[in-house]
Parts: sequence; C-alpha cells; structure tokens
Amino acid sequence: MSLLTPDSGLLFWMLLTFGIVVFILAKYGFPVIVKMVEERKQYINDSLIMAEKARTELDKVKAEGEAIMDEARKEHLKLMQETAKTQEALINEAKEKAAIEADKLIADAKIRIQEEKNEALREVRRQVAELSVDIAEKVIKNKLSEEKEQVEMINRLLDEINISKS
Amino acid sequence: MKLKYKIWFLVALLAFVCNTLVRAQDTAKVESSSEKSAWNVRDFILEHVSDAYEWHITTWNKRQISIPLPVIIYSKTAGWNVFMSNKFKEQSVYRGFTIAGEGKYKGKIVELKENGESARPFDVSITKVTLSLIINSLLLIVIIMTTARSYKKHGFGAKKGFVGFMEMFIMNINDEVIKPCVGNDYRRYSPYLLTVFFFVFLNNIMGTLPMFPGGGNVTGNITITFVLAIITFLIVNISGTKEYWKEIFWPEVPTWLKAPVPLIPVIEVVGMFTKPFALMIRLFANMIAGHSITLGLVTLIFVTVSLGPAMNAGMSAVSILLSVFIGLLELLVAFLQAYIFTMLSAVFIGLARVKPHRK
Repeated sequence: MSLLTPDSGLLFWMLLTFGIVVFILAKYGFPVIVKMVEERKQYINDSLIMAEKARTELDKVKAEGEAIMDEARKEHLKLMQETAKTQEALINEAKEKAAIEADKLIADAKIRIQEEKNEALREVRRQVAELSVDIAEKVIKNKLSEEKEQVEMINRLLDEINISKS
Repeated sequence: MKLKYKIWFLVALLAFVCNTLVRAQDTAKVESSSEKSAWNVRDFILEHVSDAYEWHITTWNKRQISIPLPVIIYSKTAGWNVFMSNKFKEQSVYRGFTIAGEGKYKGKIVELKENGESARPFDVSITKVTLSLIINSLLLIVIIMTTARSYKKHGFGAKKGFVGFMEMFIMNINDEVIKPCVGNDYRRYSPYLLTVFFFVFLNNIMGTLPMFPGGGNVTGNITITFVLAIITFLIVNISGTKEYWKEIFWPEVPTWLKAPVPLIPVIEVVGMFTKPFALMIRLFANMIAGHSITLGLVTLIFVTVSLGPAMNAGMSAVSILLSVFIGLLELLVAFLQAYIFTMLSAVFIGLARVKPHRK
C-alpha cells in the first residue's frame, strides 16, 4: 500500500526542508533563546546573592554605626563627667586661691594699717615734741627777756654742766 | 478578565464546530459529485490522508476548486518536465504522463511507454504534503526566529505576550524533557531535539485545521516520520559511547548467551533498528488515525442519509458532537505525539551516552 512506502520525491523535499529548518533553528534559534533564559537565570541568582550580601553588609554597617554611636555616647558622658570634675576642681582651686589672696591682702592691709598707725603715732610724737620745744622756746624766750634772768639762767646751766662734770 | 476567557472558550468551541461543518461540506460535495457509483468511505478517507498533486479546497456547483501545484518530473526518455498539475484536468495524458488510476502506482504520476506499459519517473513534484511541509517550516522558522530576535533586541529581561509564552514552552521542553532524558551533556542535543519537537508539534497542529494553509497530513505521512526517525537513529549511533557498543556486542550476560551463537547481540542489533522504527510508526499511525477518525465521523452524516431524515438528523448531531470531541482530542494528541517523539529520541540518545558501570 502506498501509504506505508516512503515516496522519493517527498523524501527529497523533506530532507531539504527539514535540513534547512534544523540548520537555522538549531544554530540561530533555540540556542539563543535557551542561552538568554539561562543568562537571565544566572543574573537573577547573582542578584539574589548580591542582595543577600548587601543586606548582611548593611546589617553589619548598621551594627557598627550603633556601636560607634554607643561609644560616642559613652565618650560624651565621660567627657561631660570629666569636664564637670575639672570645673569643680577649678572652681575649688580658684576659691582657695581667692581665699589665700584675700587672707594675704587682709594681712598686708593689717600690716600697712599698723605701719600707718605707727607712722602716725611717730608723726604725732614728733609734732608734739616740736610743739613742746617751740612752747618751751617761747616760754624760755619770754623768761629770758630780762638781763638778770639771762645771767641766772646761764649760771644755772653752767652749774648743771659742772655738776654733771664732777 | 473572566468574560474574556468565556468569549475565548466560545470562539474555540465555535471554531471546532465550524471545522466539522467545513469538512462536512467538503465531503458532501465529493459525495454528490460521485452519486451514481456506490460511495466508498474507505477510498474517500484514504484519498484525504494521502498525498496529492493538487490541493483540493472544495467543490462548488460540481466544479472542483483546488490549488494546482507544480509537477517536477524527470524520466530518461522525456528529460526534465515542469508543469502545473491542473494540466491533468484538461487532458488526462499530458506530455506522455498521467496520474495512474489503479495498479501499483495508484494516484502517482506515471509515464506511458509505447508498449502500453507505465513506468514511474523520478518525481520531485511539489505535492500537497510538500507544500504543507514548506509552509509549516516557514511558519516555524518565523515563530522561533521572532522569539530569538526579541532576545537579541531587548536583552534577557522578562518577556511578555507571545514571546513569553514561547519562552515558557521552549524552556519547559528543554528542562523537563530533554535535560532529564539525555543526561549530563544534553546541551549538545537540545537544539536538535527542540527543533524536532516544534517541527512535529506545529505540523500536527496545522494538520488539524480544515482549510488551506493547514489540513495537510504532514506528520501522518510515513516519508516525513521516516526521515525524522532516520536522523534520530544516526544521532543515537554516532554519539554512542564505547560502553554502548560493548553492551550491544558483548553484553554482561552468561557467556553461552553470546558465544558461540550470539543470541543477545543479535537481539541488541535488532533493537538498534526497532527503536527508531517504533518512533516512525508511532507518529505516523497516530496522526493518520486522528485524521481518519475525524473524517470518518464526518462521513457518518452522509452515510446515514439513506436511513431516513430522522435517523440522519440524529446521527448528524452525534457526528458533530463526536467531531468536536475528537477535534479537542487531536489537539492533545498533537502535543502528546510531539512530546513522546522528542522524549523517546532524548531517551535513546541518553542510553547511547551510557558511561561504564562501576564495579
């Protein structure tokens, strides 16, 4: 039966057509498609891995940031505390210094006052002495206005000197 | 969205009913034109599933409407002859050639010799199957190259629409059929196997259409499946490993089974040929059976005319229902046969790539 016997003409055309089809599709058709789809698969895989990596990296960075922030906060606190301490110390020192200074000033002032007082006393004494001498001079001048008196005086003074000499 | 699917479903169903009706109308014309002689269903079906020198479309008002196809023949006495097949319509014998009505070369072009004998010339005419084959091949190349070009143009980004569908289809066959069946070095064979799959699938699908660009019984022609099977046979045996040949000629069986009478080797060698032979027959028989059943169901309408109008109407309804069912089944078979052909080819290649067993 002719249905079951291959026909030579059709065989020729089939070989030719199918050969061309296979040549074109197996060279330029399917490999391109399969390659592209596989490339896409690879790309998606890579992207996923990269995303995962980026996420862990981000987590790490985040954790690092947190740590740095903590550190900074601690440092800050410490600095604040130190500053406070220093401040207190400075103030204390200043206070002490001021007190000492004040004491010294007071002491100096006292000494000066004492000196001034002494000076004043001395001045007063001197003036008193001068005044006394002046008064005495005036008194003596008044008394010695007469000749007799002068001679009496000189005699008395000579006596006195003689007494002291003998 | 749901309405859209409903519409598509209805369109598909209508298409199948129309498919049946077109075939029925086709059949009716043939029947009415040959009313006088007892109408032979068997001949009618065989004529439709075999190759022809013209592409018969329909018969209108007792006039046959068909596409004439080029006849290309060579014989020692007449040399090369190229003419359109409608020359045989005008005169039954043209340039000493005629289409044999009966005998060994029934339906083929023969050369009439002077002594009254007829001889078969070398015949490379573009027949109905040839033209179908060429149309389907062009369609296949266009479809696949469009898909491939889309990747070249737009890179490997995700695809939508037809290209996305083709990608899914191709990768499914590649990853689910070829990869597991061939094994490790499947990449070498996957382009060919994919080509075979889509070639067979598209030809099967086009065969289920009733009208011109489709309807050719390409994969239901033994020549086509013969070529496909031969190529598979060549690939399997060329890519056969040492272990493959060893398992054929010196398999691991008790010695008395392979020497002095090489019983198992003979069976294995026969097996080498039965594998592609089965491939050839399976595809051919399935497709020709599908076409025959569809035609048979349609002819049911015309066979039952003689049983009275009531019976005829009833049988027509049954015929249309069954035809729609068979039409849907043919769609499944179209995919299934392409799938099986590809899978078995892949399995045979995989078996030929066998590695030595570890001991």
